[in-house]
Amino acid sequence: MKPQRLLILLSVLVITALLITACGGSDGPVEIRFTIYSDGNEAEVMRGLLDQFEAANPDITVVLDEVPYQTIDEQLPVQVETGEGPDIARITNFGAYRGQLLDLLPLLEDDDYFTNNFPEPVLAAMRPDGDTNGLYGYPDGLTVTGPFVNKTLFDQAGVEMPGPDASWADWTAATAAVVEASGAQYAISVDRTGHRFAGPAMSMGATLIDSDGNFTVDTPGFRAFAETINGWHTDGLTPEEVWLVGDSVNSCIDAFKSGELVMCMTGSWQINGTATDVGDTFDWVVVPNPSGDGGSTGVAGGAGVVAFADTEHPEEVAKVMEFLIQAENYSQWSAQTLFLPAQTDVATQGVDFATDDQNILDALTVFTAEIPKLQDQAVGLNVHPFAFAYYRNSADRISQYLTGELTLDEALERLQQDIDDAIAEASG
Amino acid sequence: MTTRSQDIPDQSPKTIIERFWNRSLEFIVSIFDVPFRYLQRWMGMRRMPYIFVIPNLLIFGIFILFPMLLNFAYAFTGGSNFIPTERRWVGFDNFSKLLNCTNYFDPNTCSQDLFWRAVFNTSGYVIAQVALMVLVSLLTAVILNRRIKARGFFRSVFFYPVLLSPIVVALIWKWILQENGVLNGLITAIGFESVSFLANANWAQFWVVMISVWAYMGFYTLILLAGLQGIPSELYEAAKIDGANELQSFFRVTLPLLMPTMLVVLVLSFIRAVQIFDIVFAFTGGGPGTATQYLVQFIYDNGFASPTRQYGIATTASILMAGVLIIFTIVQLVLQREDNE
Repeated sequence: MKPQRLLILLSVLVITALLITACGGSDGPVEIRFTIYSDGNEAEVMRGLLDQFEAANPDITVVLDEVPYQTIDEQLPVQVETGEGPDIARITNFGAYRGQLLDLLPLLEDDDYFTNNFPEPVLAAMRPDGDTNGLYGYPDGLTVTGPFVNKTLFDQAGVEMPGPDASWADWTAATAAVVEASGAQYAISVDRTGHRFAGPAMSMGATLIDSDGNFTVDTPGFRAFAETINGWHTDGLTPEEVWLVGDSVNSCIDAFKSGELVMCMTGSWQINGTATDVGDTFDWVVVPNPSGDGGSTGVAGGAGVVAFADTEHPEEVAKVMEFLIQAENYSQWSAQTLFLPAQTDVATQGVDFATDDQNILDALTVFTAEIPKLQDQAVGLNVHPFAFAYYRNSADRISQYLTGELTLDEALERLQQDIDDAIAEASG
Repeated sequence: MTTRSQDIPDQSPKTIIERFWNRSLEFIVSIFDVPFRYLQRWMGMRRMPYIFVIPNLLIFGIFILFPMLLNFAYAFTGGSNFIPTERRWVGFDNFSKLLNCTNYFDPNTCSQDLFWRAVFNTSGYVIAQVALMVLVSLLTAVILNRRIKARGFFRSVFFYPVLLSPIVVALIWKWILQENGVLNGLITAIGFESVSFLANANWAQFWVVMISVWAYMGFYTLILLAGLQGIPSELYEAAKIDGANELQSFFRVTLPLLMPTMLVVLVLSFIRAVQIFDIVFAFTGGGPGTATQYLVQFIYDNGFASPTRQYGIATTASILMAGVLIIFTIVQLVLQREDNE
């Protein structure tokens, strides 16, 4: 045989072998991809749980992809829509995936356990229109918004901390006094998002969602808190870069952790990260949400773990989900991530949080006490299918008001239009 | 008569590598040889070149032409669905929405005020940035073209920022200019009040222009430097004999002969300026308010960041932007043709 023909024969054999290998089935474990974001140690804790799952189910491997929150917010919806998403993900915008999630109901061994252990409004928020009993995911914790305060700065300044019934005006005056006396850089701030803005606005009397579930932004309470934040900016009490610089969610927690800011209005999911990053540098506390004409309320929220309908391994995905919601595993998740449990069994039994840090334990006690105070609209907001249209647009429009690009009237008119347009576009 | 050493084949590493390389090439060629021989026999010699351009055409078609056409499919349909076939036909609604203004000079009177703010911001940025870019690049190129000490070092220094990722550039400058950044540290250290470089609209717009000029000027300097080196030295000698001083030589010899290169720089920097996104997005996020929100960010926000994806608005804005760029490119081609004639 000529060398040239031999080479051709060889190459044909190699290509055939490669094709056979590529087409051949694999006997290895089924691989599930799980996309997660973390504010603290969530990915690490989830990995621990998944290791336990894999030990009990050697035929299933779960690959955990940790991504920034912005990826979950902006890229995951497109990935899922184009069929390129993961099998499971930790998300916050439940409304964005309705119709694209996997109904676990027929796949679970005990669907009653699932249904009975999670709040119905959260389960309903994940269902497509017309579906009344599908199970598409579960909330992995209950979060509440509330203010973090630098206690050491108050002590150093010799200023008394306002009591549980104090208003936002009282806190503004007190934190300004702390700045004056202690030389701290900033007095007070709130995360740049409509979610964190909503609690104080509701406390000042805002009715954000009417009885028909429609958003109404131009209310006295909403205006009052917008004007309060504007006052913080004009008086130089707040880090301007939180609200004025940035395109998406911007938190004041970094300024708080570095000791520059006396009070940061954020939420319970920041407990773990704050405790880790602040360490012994200063003492911090969580205080009840300030009061106003509308009472005192934070806003409920939380992330959820959902499965996607495009998965090639629905049975295995359901197994993972069913494992994660079991009381012993969910309890482990809550204890280590320091999240308030949204699982009824776990909440009833109580969680032995994995910490002896008194700042954390006190913060968890304060946030737990905030739950019964939540207004109905504060519970309904985060599970509203268009909550995120309100969150983002309100932050952008309020930031335009703060810079003077728009008057408050113009900003509220534009915001209402933005939300109405978004709902019309999504419904059309 | 031959010696024994001449009978033994050369076994030096270089020869072994060469031999291995040649055999490998022969092997690769032999794989393609047979099918291409049959192909040529079937298609004929004259049609064979099409076979060789097909891979490139496929890449162009899949990654450029198809997405461009897809843009129109989204622009004329509505809803937040990503699958084009599942979107409803809306005709020119998205164009009407974007262009609906009572007074085109006041964004507040427009139905899509953010689009018009982005248009005005982009126009201002393009005028300031392109003018400054061309000026600074020209000045730098002229200086680097002279016989100065460490000329090679300076040429590298000015080109270095071009090699950096835009996100890295933005983050470096953000650390320098933020409220608790390096520059404010220096300012307060010498007893002055810190300055809100990022939270003040005028400062933010100023720094966006400065940073983008800093980041990209090396590229344009290099083009102008090549243009400068193409000017024959005899012309300067002749100008000198005629009594022209350095300034006169620059305006009467350098600038006229550099005009074609300047036009290229102008058009390239204009297109790049209109497309500004990454640096600004990481630097200010479009803020404060919408002071540094430019067209591409408007498109990105509507298409990808908005909770209810407004693909129709995003693609319509990108078609309008492409239209403007096409008009300017045609103007440039006409000018260049006139210049050549």
